[in-house]
Amino acid sequence: MGRKILLDKINIPGIKTYEVYRQNGGYASVEKALKQMTPDEVTEEVKTSGLRGRGGAGFPTGLKWSFIDKKSGRPRHLVCNADESEPGTFKDRYLMEYIPHLLIEGMITSSYALGANLSYIYIRGEYMWVFKILERAIKEAYAAGWLGKNILGTGYDLDLHVHCGAGAYICGEETALIESLEGKRGNPRIKPPFPAVNGLWQNPTVVNNVESIATVPWIVLNSGEEYAKIGIGRSTGTKLISASGHIKNPGVYEIELGLSVDEFMNSDEYLGGMLNDRPLKALVPGGSSVPILPANLIFKTANGEDRLMTYESLSDGGFATGSMLGSGGFIVYNDTTCIVRNTWNFSRFYHHESCGQCTPCREGTGWLEKILHRIENGHGREEDIELLWSIQSKIEGNTICPLGDAASWPVAAAIRHFREEFEYHVRFPEKVKNRDHFVHEPFEKVRHLVGKTIV
Amino acid sequence: MIMEKYIYKQDINITPELMARINELLSHYPEDKKKSALLPVLHEVQDAHDNWLSYELQDKVAEILEIKPIEVYEVVSFYTMFNQKPIGKYMFEFCRTSCCATRGVEDLMDYTCNKLGIKEGETTVDGMFTVVGVECLGACGYAPMMQIGDFYHENLNQEKVDQLIADCRAGKITLHDK
Repeated sequence: MGRKILLDKINIPGIKTYEVYRQNGGYASVEKALKQMTPDEVTEEVKTSGLRGRGGAGFPTGLKWSFIDKKSGRPRHLVCNADESEPGTFKDRYLMEYIPHLLIEGMITSSYALGANLSYIYIRGEYMWVFKILERAIKEAYAAGWLGKNILGTGYDLDLHVHCGAGAYICGEETALIESLEGKRGNPRIKPPFPAVNGLWQNPTVVNNVESIATVPWIVLNSGEEYAKIGIGRSTGTKLISASGHIKNPGVYEIELGLSVDEFMNSDEYLGGMLNDRPLKALVPGGSSVPILPANLIFKTANGEDRLMTYESLSDGGFATGSMLGSGGFIVYNDTTCIVRNTWNFSRFYHHESCGQCTPCREGTGWLEKILHRIENGHGREEDIELLWSIQSKIEGNTICPLGDAASWPVAAAIRHFREEFEYHVRFPEKVKNRDHFVHEPFEKVRHLVGKTIV
Repeated sequence: MIMEKYIYKQDINITPELMARINELLSHYPEDKKKSALLPVLHEVQDAHDNWLSYELQDKVAEILEIKPIEVYEVVSFYTMFNQKPIGKYMFEFCRTSCCATRGVEDLMDYTCNKLGIKEGETTVDGMFTVVGVECLGACGYAPMMQIGDFYHENLNQEKVDQLIADCRAGKITLHDK
């Protein structure tokens, strides 16, 4: 059994409520931080822990905190990014729905470290019932004296509120999230200046993922050093993984970083292997934006080493033979999946979610979607595959925010690893007329028609 | 060209309860940052007005928040959860992104549309149901799924869809958590 830090109390009946949460040691980190530690000491513990941002980018949380502008004297804010919208990711929702006070406790302790007196949780609009759960939990925390003026008699004031979005993936990008919190369209801002200097209402702001903030109470109570003992190398601690697709046990799992992909996928403690025992075809290990891996690169890296659930191991080999841990959205595909169709599906998503600000992304994502759609439906041309490659390479790196990169990477990886499948669609249009074309005749059975072996 | 604002009419009714809720939301932001409350306020106002926002209603929101109408229009048109036209009482929003597609949402949407006699994006003539495909709702492990109002209905199959339709017709489905 792996160690549980975030989900260790999730099965206690009534843990959603303030009373039960408090009886089980809840809010102890607030007491410890406010009464026994300075804000800088809290930040130091988080730095020592090696905790990396759990939203996808993996940037060290403590380092991010240390960038906040404390000299200007302007009010500071902590904003929790609960706009979880990356396809394949549903861990934050689980945490907020079942143990909302853990996030609130983390928000108080983290706000104290940053010297913020007004903080927000920005939750996606579709999670409206979770918004209501958090609203009620915040009211309970106010009533119990954990929020408001002069918390625990220490002189520290904090107001915390929950704010809802309204259905825009782009608002998960931190500057777009800030724009949205200001009541505007979610168009990302050009960086620099970074939010740590010019964020919400031009005040210094830190934006952190739900899971990152929910980890802070444990670090404060048990020390950063203890946290850093879990995991391997620069991948410290535990990570929530949202598992979906063709597996026996989909759901949210907390794992110690360093667990092997093989054990995670196949042991009964975790995913329990493939649904209906069909062959594994591909894996997206960190949410839709990260490169897809073909079966031969899932359990072993290109060097033949075991692939582990860590930031480093999953990206081993770069984009040529690796991927990324990302947000931990672990999507498994079996042999009935059509990679072209799936890539089209992702491209439709990015086209739909592009904010329209940068031309390469606004136009490029539309081109990707249309071309993939025609290939998938048997109207593709041989030169379309090169065209797709060319378009994705012209989006990547040429946009204000990373949505452009996120739209390019899945297309590039699909062509890199599954080029034969694209060729098959172009050359045998009559065979791909129905959307379930690989359900009765998986690609492995018709691969020989393309006439090449995979390189 | 006839603008849509002249086609669809909406009765605007900002009840005292709704106004109290709006004021509560406004209290979450600094006094000079009323505009920040725009998204949460629009959700509340839309929920209280048959789940859509006419131009007149958007103007009303602008008035309450002391901002220009264009600042509301540009936001309403950006975010997908705000409807600018009347929709069915029960909007079935099926997640159609990869993980749900992998677990058969496309077939299930076809089934639902056939059963209701409409195409995707359409509303039944009695104004009861609208079926739309939306992008990832963050329920990938519980696919296929759909959202009705504030709530998710997960691990769906044809029988469960039949039951949901029957429950909607019988008025047994809660739309909003108030």
